[in-house]
Amino acid sequence: MLNVEHLTLAVADPDTGEETEILRGNSFSLRQGEALGLVGESGSGKSMTLKCLLGIEPGGARVGGSIELDGTDLLAARGEQLRRIRANDLALIAQNPHGALNPVLRVERFLVEGMADARGIPKAAAKARAADLLRQVGITDTERVLGSYPHQLSGGMLQRVVIAGAMSGEPKLLLADEPTTALDVTTQAEVVAILDEKRRQHGLSMIFVTHDLDLAAAVCDRLAVMKDGAILEIGTPDDIRDRPKTEYTRALMAARPLLHPAGRAPVPANGTEAHE
Amino acid sequence: MTSRQITTEPPANTVGQDTVAVQAIRRQRLDGPVTGWRRLRLRLGTLGLVCVGILAVVVLTAVFAPYIAPYDPYVGSIVDRHLPPSLEHWFGTDQSGRDIFSRIVWGARTSLIGPTVVVLVAAVSASLLALTAVWFGGRVDAFIGRVLDVLFAFPNMLLAILAVAIFGPSLLTASIALAIGFTPYSARVIRSVALRERNLPYVSSAQLQGISGLVITGRHILPNVRTQIFTGMTINFGYAMIDLAALSFLGLGVQPPTPDWGLMVSNGQASLLQGYWEQSVFAGLAIVITVAALGYVGEQLGGRRAAGRTR
Repeated sequence: MLNVEHLTLAVADPDTGEETEILRGNSFSLRQGEALGLVGESGSGKSMTLKCLLGIEPGGARVGGSIELDGTDLLAARGEQLRRIRANDLALIAQNPHGALNPVLRVERFLVEGMADARGIPKAAAKARAADLLRQVGITDTERVLGSYPHQLSGGMLQRVVIAGAMSGEPKLLLADEPTTALDVTTQAEVVAILDEKRRQHGLSMIFVTHDLDLAAAVCDRLAVMKDGAILEIGTPDDIRDRPKTEYTRALMAARPLLHPAGRAPVPANGTEAHE
Repeated sequence: MTSRQITTEPPANTVGQDTVAVQAIRRQRLDGPVTGWRRLRLRLGTLGLVCVGILAVVVLTAVFAPYIAPYDPYVGSIVDRHLPPSLEHWFGTDQSGRDIFSRIVWGARTSLIGPTVVVLVAAVSASLLALTAVWFGGRVDAFIGRVLDVLFAFPNMLLAILAVAIFGPSLLTASIALAIGFTPYSARVIRSVALRERNLPYVSSAQLQGISGLVITGRHILPNVRTQIFTGMTINFGYAMIDLAALSFLGLGVQPPTPDWGLMVSNGQASLLQGYWEQSVFAGLAIVITVAALGYVGEQLGGRRAAGRTR
């Protein structure tokens, strides 16, 4: 359903005009209902790939190649067409849920707006659905949450609200950009579990960006390892873990901290700063 | 008192010096929630409330002018010219023997309508320009910015005089010309605040949900810059009143014999030199008091002072 061919992204230095390649001709595809994990270190181009899909690449950047979603060319979409694609076909779950909601409006407004203004569902119907959506992501006291302002809710609670909002449009493709990084460890597990459950229930395709290899392996059907803007290899989590094709993937797997008491100390991956 | 330390203990158990936050909580528990009247008092302060009172008096005076003014503002007897303040004529009479108090009461109407028109037109046009520039950014922003630069280059008064020269002197012409002159100032302020709001992540999040730019601007960005728009309006009102008074003073705004404060200051000028100060001074005071009261209220509402310190 999603076909990405030779996706490149280059940003020119405003002073010298020198171009830096951020994405180097990546190709991958996604089947209906499949989850693809983009893994790699910071700056490897994971988030940039998502931004290209959503059409929010940085200003002045040059995008090449093609992105096709069910036959629609996403890179060519502009204006009203782009708005419709974003409203109906794509949904983003970003890293920090506190950033996703207008701080001065209540949660209910956020959910209703997503349905009513973006997708033309009548306001009354959208209101009625809002509580239902929250129940689906495991929120029981829906009245309280709907009437709350974003700052009154915890990050985990808010991320569930964002997931509910993303699900409300029955999108074709879910884009998750490190959806748990801003949350504390105990809520991380809950949020990922809910996300995974909802995705499977609705048979949605997903691109999951993370630098947590174990998390990606648990959630995704296939993993794409990225390094310096290029996809080094794509394979099932088992392949990546047990039969890495490149030296970098092997190093990345070794760089993972393990929780076993007898486990070895993590080793920095080749070319990676130790503190990353 | 002024320390910024964060206390982790509940307020009831704190020992020793209270932090500002703890004091606020204690006060709130004693006095109940901050709503309605208390909220307004906290926001405006005592002086602010006095200013609101003054403005209310001015507005009511304008509305009920026919019932308040003891004399007809247009009719006077040449025999009664330049009478000093007395019980009969509180502020004395002018060069045509008209009652100055009555003319100031009636003058409140024209003196308020003009600046209101200026402020409303300027706020609407400035908001439209600023929000358009912020939403589209890039070339649109640059283009609107240059248009504003051009407007900046003309002094307000010159713009107004130009308009009056073309369309003839009237309150409406002068007001609209001034509004155009005020637009770039307001637009700059609104643009800077809106730009900050536009760059917050929730705006792009709304955009990625497929919500249109018009809806995002109207429902998310506009409400978040309304304080700046409103504060700008109150401050502009004072300037507009003074500018319009100056235009009337120059004979380019309100035309005699319509009572208008600016016009009265102007008319009293000649007699001022002969020792008849009443007309210019009382009309001038009316302008100064109204402008000062409005400016103070605007500043308080703009939140330049922290609410807690106004008590």
